[in-house]
Amino acid sequence: MIKADNLSKHFGAVKAVDNVSFEVAEGETMVLLGTSGCGKTTTLKMLNRLIEPSEGSISINGKNIKSQEPEELRRGIGYVLQNNGLFPHYTVAENIAIVPKLLKWNKAKTQKRTTELLEKLHLSSQYLSAYPNELSGGQQQRVGLARALVADAPVLLMDEPFGALDNVTRTKIHAEFKALDELKRKTIIMVTHDVQEAFTLGDRVTIMDKGRIVQQGTPQQLLFSPANSFVSDFLKEQRLQLELRTIKLVNLWNKLTDTGRKTHTDLLSAEEDMWTAMESFKFTRHDNINIINQDSREIKSVSFEDLMGAYNQYKKQPRHE
Amino acid sequence: MNEQQQTLLDFMRQQSDKLLSQTLEHIGLTFISLLIAVIIGLPLGIIIARKKQLSGTVLGIAGVLQTIPSIALLGFMIPVLGIGPKPAIVALLLYALLPIIRNTYTGITGVDAVVKEAAVAMGMSKWQVLKQVELPLAMPVILAGIRTATVINVGVATLASYIAAGGLGEFIFGGISLNNTNMILAGAIPAALLAIIFDFLLSLVQKLNLKKVKTGAYALPVVTLLLASFYFIPSAYGGKLTAGFTPEFMGRQDGNLGLREKYGLKIHTIVINDAVMYKAAYEQELDVISGYSTDGRLKAYNLVVLEDDKHIFPPYYAAPIVSEAALTKFPELEKTLNLLAGTITDSIMTELNYRTDYLHQTPERVAKDFLESKHLYKPARNGKAGIIRIGSKIFGEQYILANIYAMLIKGYTDYDVSTKTGLGGTKICFDALTNNQIDFYPEYTGTGLLAILQAPAETVNKIISDKESTYNYVKAEFNRRYSIKWLTPIGFNNAYALMMRQKQARELNVKTISELKNHLDSNK
Ligand SMILES: Nc1ncnc2c1ncn2[C@@H]1O[C@H](COP(=O)(O)OP(=O)(O)OP(=O)(O)O)[C@@H](O)[C@H]1O
Ligand SMILES: [Mg+2]
Repeated sequence: MIKADNLSKHFGAVKAVDNVSFEVAEGETMVLLGTSGCGKTTTLKMLNRLIEPSEGSISINGKNIKSQEPEELRRGIGYVLQNNGLFPHYTVAENIAIVPKLLKWNKAKTQKRTTELLEKLHLSSQYLSAYPNELSGGQQQRVGLARALVADAPVLLMDEPFGALDNVTRTKIHAEFKALDELKRKTIIMVTHDVQEAFTLGDRVTIMDKGRIVQQGTPQQLLFSPANSFVSDFLKEQRLQLELRTIKLVNLWNKLTDTGRKTHTDLLSAEEDMWTAMESFKFTRHDNINIINQDSREIKSVSFEDLMGAYNQYKKQPRHE
Repeated sequence: MNEQQQTLLDFMRQQSDKLLSQTLEHIGLTFISLLIAVIIGLPLGIIIARKKQLSGTVLGIAGVLQTIPSIALLGFMIPVLGIGPKPAIVALLLYALLPIIRNTYTGITGVDAVVKEAAVAMGMSKWQVLKQVELPLAMPVILAGIRTATVINVGVATLASYIAAGGLGEFIFGGISLNNTNMILAGAIPAALLAIIFDFLLSLVQKLNLKKVKTGAYALPVVTLLLASFYFIPSAYGGKLTAGFTPEFMGRQDGNLGLREKYGLKIHTIVINDAVMYKAAYEQELDVISGYSTDGRLKAYNLVVLEDDKHIFPPYYAAPIVSEAALTKFPELEKTLNLLAGTITDSIMTELNYRTDYLHQTPERVAKDFLESKHLYKPARNGKAGIIRIGSKIFGEQYILANIYAMLIKGYTDYDVSTKTGLGGTKICFDALTNNQIDFYPEYTGTGLLAILQAPAETVNKIISDKESTYNYVKAEFNRRYSIKWLTPIGFNNAYALMMRQKQARELNVKTISELKNHLDSNK
């Protein structure tokens, strides 16, 4: 568990980070979201002591991070840099082996772990002896991720890990990323300025502006109970898509009417969001889709009109939580 | 033997032993100093890359060192470190320092900050970041600096021969003072080749792909150390005594070549500049030196001349040589110059030289004192009957003679004088005379015979041991070839001589060159 208390960082007169506090629970993914220059990277770097805070304190698992040698601390925290920061003079294999080498792993162990990770990250082992400049941007990001994951540190810090990618590739990587079991156990803090990414990957999102935290909460909370106009303005442009992505079918379950006409299509989990449900209409030749509620094992067959009706009803509800 | 007609290849083949040892010394000098420069410069570059506020000062100082002319830098070293390899290595390493420090600094500060940050974030210590990230990534730039330093060092190392540190400069500067093109080329061509070869080899190291640089970085110091050790190989031989000879003496038949041929003298020899040779003998850094028999420093440093019992050193009797044109134009001249004939013996000349060279009295004063002691001095008449142009070579004895002649001409005739002292070596003086830029200058019979006339070997062998025959030969030949007249000799014989410290010569009981050879042979 990571806990930051009243963190501030001043560069001369610039208050890059101004009295910021947050907590991240074990296994949770927290996303720092904000415009360029709002202090996201600075906040992140204070967590592994690349930057020492001007004020405030940080503890990880109840232990103040200052009680440890910085080198030792860092070897226990995976870090993905904003610009990947791969060593240009190291091969992919050597880049991935940096931390294992610092931790004095033997060769066989490093090799086994590397192979395992490459497989999970869908990187062909033919690249092991390639140099970073021989890889595409997306491949480099994967290697950067592998390097941060290799020692299986419980905490992972990621600074715009997918920043350099085009939208198509990014969406694909997001999906892979969410599916990665490797990450499910980890406490992750991720920085991004991409709202879409924050809402897709974050259990909780912290919105920052000018060094301060404006609001923290789940994607739904931010979307439906914005703390102020900065937050709602920040989300406005992509509001519709965000809503569709945020609202899950279980949220609408009671409002959905079952037509009773089961078609021979695949079952869609009620844990999926509206966006996915709407997309699945594109790929079926039938008028209905079948949705299964994992908890009650109940299956509803729903038409497009019903789905939209339920959605509109949900939105008209008075805001709770 | 006429060296001018040899081909370069003949010369190199004949001198292959020396060529090899000089080349090895040259490589050794270059790399010892380079190695030390890297050992000092690399950490310094790293430190200023860390503490940028120091970079201005350090780079500034290294830059200033770089601008000191090489000869001057070597000169500064002598009072502190004496002669030999030590001052040469220090001077060379000072030159090599700037490119190494600067490129280390540039290389390390140029490493991508993101990559450095990544290294720190992975949990590397400062030392690990330096070793695994900064140095490997800066290596191509650092190597470029080492490459520059190497080429500079190969060039500057030629000057090491000035202070008895050996190297190819021995041939180059020996060749210049002997006016022997083959000898100059035998030194200059290998020096240039060394520069090109090392530059090329280092460019290969620099271009190796990033991965191999890691191995290269370890191999380089080893190779450098190996090359540096060359310097110690040549100095491993030699007996108990050390000789210091000027580059000119080394290459002359009537110098070291004759010593080896006629006497069979084999002595550990280093090449040294005339300016520091006597002092080095006095300070026991050298035991035998090649000097001139009338040099004032002979007296100043308590040295004694060894008798040339096999007559290999030709007679160098001094006499004014005058163009026939001047003798016609100034009828009084010959008579006046001959006033000096026979008046200055070896010991008088040594004394006069001692007063200018060692007591630092002006040549004018020494000249006047001498003329007064011989009752030859007359005050100047300030006549206006024409100007006689006196030349002299660029050393004390010639300055004194030029002053004496000027006083005689002014006191005994109505002519006025203009003196062109310091006309460099023999060639420059003699050319000035034949081109009618001066009217006369004092020359030595041996120089006339060997350097100017370049008489055939048979003739030289026949006449060389007799001073009369030599004088007569040069007088006749100069008259025939150049219309230049040798007047009556002044008296002293400023010949080459081997000399030792008086005390040591007495202890070893060595009075002649043959006895020196016997002593060396019996103490092998
Ligand atoms: N080393 C530094 N010295 C001085 N100012 C700094 C330094 N690092 C950051 N800043 C300033 O602090 C502020 C926050 O910087 P930071 O890098 O944390 O922003 P960011 O939110 O990560 O932005 P981006 O999305 O562009 O990466 C900026 O105004 C920046 O100029
Ligand atoms: Mg940033």
